[in-house]
Amino acid sequence: MQYALMIYAEPGYAETLPQAEREAVLAEFAELLNDPRCVASAQLQPAETATCVRVAGGRTLMTDGPFADTKEVLGGLFLLEAANLDEVLEVAARVPATRFGGVVEVRPVVAR
Amino acid sequence: MLASLVGFLGDFDKAEDAAQEAFAIAAERWPASGLPPNPGAWLVTTARNRAIDRIRRERTLAGKIHLLPAPEAVMDEFDDSAIDDSAIKDERLELIFTCCHPALPLDGQVALTLRALGGLETAEIARAFLVSEETMKRRLTRAKTKIKATGIPFAVPGAHLLPDRVDAVLAVIYLIYNEGYSGRGDLGAEAIRLGRVLVALMPDEPEAHGLVALMMIHHARRRARFSGEDLVLLDDQDRSLWDMPQIAAGRAVLDRAIALGGRGAYVIQAAIASVQTAEPIDWPQVAELYRRLADLTGSAVVELNRAAALAQAGDPAAALRTVDRLDLDGYLYFHSTRGELLRRLGRDAEARAAYGRALELATTTPERRFLTRRLDQL
Repeated sequence: MQYALMIYAEPGYAETLPQAEREAVLAEFAELLNDPRCVASAQLQPAETATCVRVAGGRTLMTDGPFADTKEVLGGLFLLEAANLDEVLEVAARVPATRFGGVVEVRPVVAR
Repeated sequence: MLASLVGFLGDFDKAEDAAQEAFAIAAERWPASGLPPNPGAWLVTTARNRAIDRIRRERTLAGKIHLLPAPEAVMDEFDDSAIDDSAIKDERLELIFTCCHPALPLDGQVALTLRALGGLETAEIARAFLVSEETMKRRLTRAKTKIKATGIPFAVPGAHLLPDRVDAVLAVIYLIYNEGYSGRGDLGAEAIRLGRVLVALMPDEPEAHGLVALMMIHHARRRARFSGEDLVLLDDQDRSLWDMPQIAAGRAVLDRAIALGGRGAYVIQAAIASVQTAEPIDWPQVAELYRRLADLTGSAVVELNRAAALAQAGDPAAALRTVDRLDLDGYLYFHSTRGELLRRLGRDAEARAAYGRALELATTTPERRFLTRRLDQL
């Protein structure tokens, strides 16, 4: 079964960490990326780069900024292949952002 | 039976359908043929076979018959000699952990546990939680759908997850117990039964023993807790209404928990309940146990209870000092406890004010009646 792990964190939390801690965070991310169960991943540019697109009456409307204006923003995602939810929850708890007030939303991906 | 079927089929709805079908076949066959030597195993085997038949029919339609095991692999349900209990795995523990998975909403965990492990009907659970049967049915469906859609495993969690997940199971059972505490006695008995199943399946888990002991000792006092609709305080309870054999049984479970090294929150609460059923009550010990519980939980309400025990131990002034340090202004029992302590210290005017504040916060008729009585006595 495939799962999406969507990482919500306060923008720039990693930059405020002391050097040693920041390096640890990067190493932990690298480890997650190297996990053979990780089938895809993406780190997103900051929320200031977001553009929202809607179509109304045949016209394309664009607004600057992310869809939801919250303190934690979607910063990246993993796609994980796993046998069951417990396996994914264990990986999710290892995402560094969760230690710094961030949240990982876990959702199964529709099978195709 | 359901546990073994869910384990085998990996699906709650299919398991329930199969179980129902097996009972129907039994109702038809047993009166004529007599009971099989092992009725429980017969039912499970029959239900499994029916479920396999059904899955196979469905898959045949989908043209995927080759994905299923060959029919020879399936036991013949009517060959009784082939059936014995040991062949059927006890998978209730897996079922408990699935039903109490923290990824499910809490109300869904509770409902599913009562449905799947307690064997309660949806209508019964709905009545116990004062919601319509329709609402309860939706709650159960939502939980079962999430189990399936998100791949919540039917398994005992691995060692690193186990402590948290045992806590989650204990919390669900205790929640069921507390729903029954306010007078719906059948839920209390059901929670104890569930707790005992858990203890039988996890005999080395001290907190599970602790929870069962706690529930048993409390449950043994249920008939003395109310006088009509009125709540009766421990001090005023008619001890002849206590179920002494159940208290003794609860204490034996508590001894086992302590022997297993249990020092957790349920074990301490059970110890408090146990000391409070002794005659006379050793209040300094109760206060000490509350201190340990407060250290563990950091709960202000526990501190309030510790203060009440200090007062019972003969030191209302120390108790009041403790109470006045707590930030519990919105809590009825904070004010009623303060009122009682001030009364004992002869500070009647302040006591009256505290009881008055408690009365403002009371939401039920028995609470209001109790506080009014206290005010009148001042």
